Amino acid sequence: MRPALFYYVDVSAADPHLDSFEELAMPLFDQLYNFAHWLTHNREEAEDLVQETYAKALKGFSSFELGTNFRAWIYRILRNTFLTSRKGLKVTMTVPLDAEEDGQEVAIERDTPETILFARANQEQLASAMDALPVYFREILLLCEVEEMSYQEIAETLSVPMGTVMSRLSRARKALRDRLRNQLEGTAGATAIVKGTNHGL
Amino acid sequence: MVCESWKTKLETYLDAELASERMREFDAHVHSCASCAADALDQVQMKRAIQVAGKRFVPSADFRRRVQNSIAKKPQRSFRMAWMLAAAAMVLIVGSLTSAYLAARSGRDRTFSEIADLHVETLASSTPVDVISTDRHTVKPWFQGKIPFAFNLPELQNTEISLLGGRMTYLDQTPGAHLIYDVRKHHISVFVFQERALPASLNASSRAPKTSPFNMETWSQNGLRYFVIGDASPTDINHLANLFKAASS
Repeated sequence: MRPALFYYVDVSAADPHLDSFEELAMPLFDQLYNFAHWLTHNREEAEDLVQETYAKALKGFSSFELGTNFRAWIYRILRNTFLTSRKGLKVTMTVPLDAEEDGQEVAIERDTPETILFARANQEQLASAMDALPVYFREILLLCEVEEMSYQEIAETLSVPMGTVMSRLSRARKALRDRLRNQLEGTAGATAIVKGTNHGL
Repeated sequence: MVCESWKTKLETYLDAELASERMREFDAHVHSCASCAADALDQVQMKRAIQVAGKRFVPSADFRRRVQNSIAKKPQRSFRMAWMLAAAAMVLIVGSLTSAYLAARSGRDRTFSEIADLHVETLASSTPVDVISTDRHTVKPWFQGKIPFAFNLPELQNTEISLLGGRMTYLDQTPGAHLIYDVRKHHISVFVFQERALPASLNASSRAPKTSPFNMETWSQNGLRYFVIGDASPTDINHLANLFKAASS
């Protein structure tokens, strides 16, 4: 049983600016939890991460400038909290080794069109391929496709330049396609072996 | 490859991140080019699939309630009377203490206080350092790729100071380096952050508050802000600070 970390503090009495914290933060609760779960792979750790994020965001809300991007601000807090956690420190050991060229885009090259690749994969297989991606690819795909953040918002959340967002996103998509293709080919291979064995019997 | 110049921009187009005029040109091209239209369809299929698979985890109603309560302005009324009275008294006391505290402490003091908290929290941790080494040539490269700047570590030969290791840290959501040194069994923390990423209230001439329970020195050099803090003597703190200044000049 984890210790209860919740407490009641009438902070809004000190600063009317804080009245809007709940209004801004609670509509993002489900999305933040979903993102936290994808980062941690674990329900309890995701809850701890979200809880700590809200506590830190509330504490630092007086430094948040109203009218600027609250969503990017609170996602950045969640991500930084994750990266300084024990699990987060482990994943930072696997930072991309190849340089990320700002804004260098390449034409998409693929053997199997996505219409076939993604039609063949069910949701579980796709989720499993996403789960297996390095965290710096997984997070950028989630921010772009699930949270539908603009490149500018992603750049603010990840504290990287826009050019890095574009190149990392492109590499993340390619990594997902490759992983899914390998996964499907592995499954097809396994099925063929089973069929072969059955024929042999 | 057919339409290579268009295809390099296809992802940016489908993310709706091209300038509006370029978006219109792309629309027209996709409507007239079967190859690019097929690629665009493939990409849209992928984006949709990720979107559906990505919305996977839902928080429990109980967890939502707990977080909501923790950030609510006041405790809920459904609590028992005794708890309500106790909580109300606590809210009043903590609220007024918080108000007084927040009012009294400037942004600059808050930064120094956070630095002291980081120092204490790290020493209390069972794993105070993530890179354990007395060799500055091992510790410095460990930070590469983890923080957005580089800095020099001083040579400690012929001094009583030894390096224990380092770890990443954050101050106001800004990544930085945290180094831990030992001098006559006293631990000293050295924090390094980018000056421009820190609160504006902290300027180049900021001095550590005299009320701090620790001895502290801070200075700005080459765009970086250094903090040296610990319960060692002011002389030792100053000695280590001067070694850092010399190494970075």
